[in-house]
Order: sequence, then C-alpha cells, then structure tokens
Amino acid sequence: MKFTEEHEWLRVEGDVVVVGITDHASEQLGDVVFIELPEEGMEVTKDEEVCVIESVKAASDILAPLDGEIVEVNSPLVDEPGKVNDDPMVEAWFFKIKPSELSQMDDYMDEAAYKKFIG
Amino acid sequence: MGELSRTPLFDLHVALGAKMVPFAGYDMPVQYALGVMKEHLHCRAMAGLFDVSHMGQVILRGESYEAIAKAFETLVPMDVLGLGEGRQRYGLFTNNGGGIEDDLMFANRGDHLFVVVNAACKDADIARMKAALEPDVSVEVIADRALIALQGPAAEAALARINPAVAEMTFMDVATIELAGADCWVSRSGYTGEDGYEISVPNAQAEALAKALLDMDEVEPIGLGARDSLRLEAGLCLYGNDIDDGTSPIEAGLIWAIQKVRCADGARAGGFPGADRIFGDLAEGVARKRVGLVPQGRAPMRGGTQIFAAGEGGDPIGEVTSGGFGPTFEGPVAMGYVGAAQAAVGTELFGEVRGKRMPVTVAKMPLVPANFKR
Repeated sequence: MKFTEEHEWLRVEGDVVVVGITDHASEQLGDVVFIELPEEGMEVTKDEEVCVIESVKAASDILAPLDGEIVEVNSPLVDEPGKVNDDPMVEAWFFKIKPSELSQMDDYMDEAAYKKFIG
Repeated sequence: MGELSRTPLFDLHVALGAKMVPFAGYDMPVQYALGVMKEHLHCRAMAGLFDVSHMGQVILRGESYEAIAKAFETLVPMDVLGLGEGRQRYGLFTNNGGGIEDDLMFANRGDHLFVVVNAACKDADIARMKAALEPDVSVEVIADRALIALQGPAAEAALARINPAVAEMTFMDVATIELAGADCWVSRSGYTGEDGYEISVPNAQAEALAKALLDMDEVEPIGLGARDSLRLEAGLCLYGNDIDDGTSPIEAGLIWAIQKVRCADGARAGGFPGADRIFGDLAEGVARKRVGLVPQGRAPMRGGTQIFAAGEGGDPIGEVTSGGFGPTFEGPVAMGYVGAAQAAVGTELFGEVRGKRMPVTVAKMPLVPANFKR
C-alpha cells in the first residue's frame, strides 16, 4: 500500500488501484456528512480534483493520485458517508482507477514513510 | 498574534481529550472524544456541558436599578427598565448607522445589571459601556468567574441533583444558587434551542462543578463544533457571521427583541444609537431579510455561498451566512440573507456550490423546534 501527502491510500488490485483516505485523514476531518464521487469511465489526470468530501467542519477535495480512468466508484458511500469515519482503510474506498502509468505509484510513500510524514 | 488565554477549565478539557483550537483569543475545545455529530445528538437527547468562560461577564452598578437601566437603554434598543427582578433578556448593542455591534444577554439582579457579551467583542463592548455609562454607572469586568452552560432535556434533572432549587426556575429566570459550595449566578437560558442553564461560577469552584456534572450519566462535554450546529438548527445568530455592524436588527429578523416601549410610538421611544435607521427600516421595510435555508440535496451550503433566484443567469440575490450539516435535522441546514421579495417561507432558490447551482428552499426558523421550559 502507498500513501500520498494528501492523505490518500492506494492499494493495487490486479490492474487497478483502489483509492481511499487514511485513518489519520478521517480523524482530522471529523464526521463526514457528504461525498460526491466521480463518474465511472471518467478520464482523469494526476492531481485533478475528482471527489468532494465534506465533514461537519469543512469541505475537502480528493485528488486523482494517478493518470488513468475511473473504472468503479463506491456508490453506497453517498448514502452512508459516515462509513468514511467507521472504516476508512477498507470498506470506505472511494474509487478504483486504471492507471495509464503504474510507475507513477513509485512517487508515493510506503507505510513507514507516511507514518513519519504525519508525525 | 499574542498568546492564547485559557479558561479555568483548560486542564479539564485536556484531560477529557479535547481537540483544542484558537477561538476569539482563547484556547478552546472544538470537540471531545465523541466528535461533533454525537455531541450534538447527545445534547438534544440528554444533556451537554459547555465551557463558555471566554465570554465577557460584566456587572453594572449605580444608584438604583432604575438609574442603571435608564443609562443602559442609551446603548440598546431594549426595555431594560421594565425587566423584572430575577429576569433576563436578549439584547443588542447598536451603532449610529443602526447596525449591530454585538448581541448580549442582560439580567436584572436587583441592585445591579449583569451583562454577558461575546468573547470576540468583549473588549470593545467594555470600552463602549465605560465611555457611555461611567462615572454614574460603574462597569465592573468579572474576571474571577467561569461560565458553564448545561443544555438539553436532562439538564434540569442533572443540575437539580446538586441543588433542587434550579427546577423552580423557568425560561429566562436568573437566581443566585449554591452549587458545589459556591454562590453561582444561574440563568435558565442557552444557545442551543434546548432547555438548560448558564452558570457563572467562581474560578476556584468551576472545575469541581463541571466534574460533578460530567460524573452524571446524562452529561457529556460538548465542544464549539456542536455548539455551532446546535445554534444553527435553533436559528440563533452568531455575531460576526449572521449579524454585524452593517446589519440592522430589522434585516436580521430580530424585531421581537425590541420591545414596544422603545419603538417609535412607545413611551421611551428611541434614545439608542441608530434609532433613525431602525425606525426607518420598520416603517419602510428592508431590502434583505435573514431567513432559514434548507438545501434540497445532500451538499452543505456553507457561509459565503451565493444565492440566486434562478438555476441559470442573473445576479446573486443573497448569501448564506452560516451553513453546515444539522445532525438532528439529518441534512444540510443554513441561514442567510435574501432579497425581501424572496424571503417568504417555501420560496425555491439556488445556492452555488463549487460552480453548480443547487436548489435550496427558504424555511421557517428554528429548523429544529425549540424545547424551552416556559
């Protein structure tokens, strides 16, 4: 699993990469009340805003961590945004992206580096 | 920026695992372990304890209550003189332009007037009172007392366990009541739309009283995050967001707070800053009004969201001043200002969120019914 400085996690699953936000991010956000997911089939470029996540405190953007195509989104999250607080690392993934350049993953931190990053 | 001030309950907040944030120059708890959503729901279901010691507590003394009240009426468009002993009222400091300098609570405590003002405005409020009232009326800043709010349907049962006398009080009553061995200045009021109390307690006993309450099953500590969503659902203004020095009380829908006796045809008409504009607004109507707003989708519309009359084109006809998620309402809630022509309950408008216009409906406030003990 890899981690971005935007507090996303990336897990490779066959030829797609599953993306969610970390425990740390979910804790910092507080209770999540609204999620807007991207459209399936959408072509995205790295660092493009693809999701909106709003907590009781504020709105945040989720960026596409890689170039590629959004092949699947976790639609049930829209009706149960609180799952992002309950299980951010597994059940509350946001979208799956089919990367055009899997090597872009190399830029991201491993778990040890991320732990150090968040202090 | 200077060092943050701490309230007498700072150590308790930290021990309770609060997340502390700077607010109006104080290091304050924004949430505890439960988190904003659960704290909010707990307060509406049971009882919540809030540290509001950052607010300004002031005592005005003079020759008699009548003398103090008459002097104070030169600063606020409220009936201070007619306020009964042991009663509290909501008030506004107005400016010469008829705008609002701060909102406040004032209580007739027999030989003195007790005033509670917002933290962010307290220095200006104290200066304003001193300039206008001294030397005939003295302005005494109370620095040796904390202020604790206990709010929610179980607040009476919880506080009455410490002293049953609190159960005798009704909404907006004030009394001196012994709690945790200290003479506390208690009012039956709050900022959540729930029944409850606000308790001015000597600094030295504040933590003991807070702990005694928190030890009870009904009571959880509540941070500023839930305080904001509770007051928003209750339709209560936050000074600086929903009312400010350019807002007239009439635009803000606070005409109920100006008693008849101070209105244009009243026995003590005017005599407060901005009376001309406020009476003008009353006689001629206002161009914009504060309304409740319910976004029809799931996306919250936060402060600053522009409001439009149509789904496309046209200039903004208003703006959200406070908005977020209402845990009890179970959806996004907001308040803001719209043109008078668009202010009727049920009017369908649009709020622009991230470049998209989303439907929002003008709604009656409070968005969650109040639960006061009248």
